[in-house]
Amino acid sequence: MCLSIPSKVVEIDENNMATVDTMGVKRQVTLDLIGEPVEVGEYVLIHVGFAMNKISTEEALESLRIYEEIVDMMDTNEIDPLAGDMNYAKG
Amino acid sequence: MPKVDLIEGFRNPEHIKALAKLIKKEVTRKINIMEVCGGHTHTIMKFGLPQILPKEIEFVHGPGCPVCIMPKERIDHAIELASMPNTILATLGDMIRVPGSKTSLQKLRAEGKDIRSLYTPLDVIKIAKENPEKIVVFFAIGFETTTPMTAVLLDQIIKEDIQNIYLHINHVTVPEAVDAIMGGGDAKIDAFLGPSHVSVITGYKIYEQIVEKYNTPVVVAGFEPTDVMESILRIVRQFNAGQERFVDNEYARAVSREGNVKAQELINKYMEQREHFRWRGIGDIPKSALKLRDEYAKYDAEIKFKDVLPTKELDDHKLCICGQILKGLAKPYDCKVFGKACTPTSPMGSCMVSSEGACSAYFKYGKLVAKGV
Repeated sequence: MCLSIPSKVVEIDENNMATVDTMGVKRQVTLDLIGEPVEVGEYVLIHVGFAMNKISTEEALESLRIYEEIVDMMDTNEIDPLAGDMNYAKG
Repeated sequence: MPKVDLIEGFRNPEHIKALAKLIKKEVTRKINIMEVCGGHTHTIMKFGLPQILPKEIEFVHGPGCPVCIMPKERIDHAIELASMPNTILATLGDMIRVPGSKTSLQKLRAEGKDIRSLYTPLDVIKIAKENPEKIVVFFAIGFETTTPMTAVLLDQIIKEDIQNIYLHINHVTVPEAVDAIMGGGDAKIDAFLGPSHVSVITGYKIYEQIVEKYNTPVVVAGFEPTDVMESILRIVRQFNAGQERFVDNEYARAVSREGNVKAQELINKYMEQREHFRWRGIGDIPKSALKLRDEYAKYDAEIKFKDVLPTKELDDHKLCICGQILKGLAKPYDCKVFGKACTPTSPMGSCMVSSEGACSAYFKYGKLVAKGV
């Protein structure tokens, strides 16, 4: 029910409706729930016809970078207990 | 804009395996982790995560989904509303399939009643305009993820002064349900995976009280398998680091502490807490759902059609152990009727109702799960 797939904004019209690309499928969604400006090329989370939020590609890339680091460490058996500082949300 | 694969990047088998190895290396104690949200249950079972995780990590599958927790008497509300003359009933998700005490919306539709499954709540406006002589009832379901969309719908109904739409509100809230599960004192749960998209709307601040009250970590996790694995690693590390417990946010690419403030304001404008709400499988939980504020009562289907709505509470069959499963005290395989009298096509209890429920997930992916694990 709460599933949502990341989608790329490809067009925004004058009624604040966006055309988004979800894994190759184009859909219309409203941007009315997002309180900040959205630009073409950015990624949003879509739920029942609404964009709920923007997705930070910087944060996503950081996660993927940490996973690569963990893969490398596991391959070389070098376990660093501080591998990937994952406590950035703390506090 | 850097190129980033937001889906496959978080399903990479190499990443999943490496995270599993690291968790195995670092885990020092048994940890029962409840994934509150049915979307996580689905990911955990679909990607077979229990099979690659060390035996110290055990999942307790949470209340699942808004359809699963809807008590039968409220499904009967939808059925009664859809049975009224000159009425169109509109709703979302699996709601149409779920049986009430006598029938389901699906069966009623096959018998000729006008029941619509929507892509978006905003389609209600279009349906109402196309059918000005009919009553359109929107049967609104969902956790915090879906509540703001109902608020936007009401906002538009008022702005456009549409007279033939009524809302039946069944929006439920996560923190109160978690509190109810933990509050009994017998639940075997050491930590929580916080829901992904509920948290996008609410922010992760809503879990701070839970952490404080029960001294259990909550890690907000994205829906992809590497998100779940990284969140488990974070839980392991929180236990290893000492006594301090806190809300952690693995899903930083979409979730902040404050959440979507605009969505929260819309909800608060139109809705308020109910005194209590009955959850199928758990029972009555104080303040665990929303209703329209008094000033919007004229749009409230529960008030407008009070006379046709049944009030008798209907419990599940006494053999159903869903309540135990939700507290981590039993697994679906411990249930006498699992997979026999109770199946996804003929569910006896909440955990079997939707694909996001624990029993339904075990039924579907059961071959991947060793019995008794």
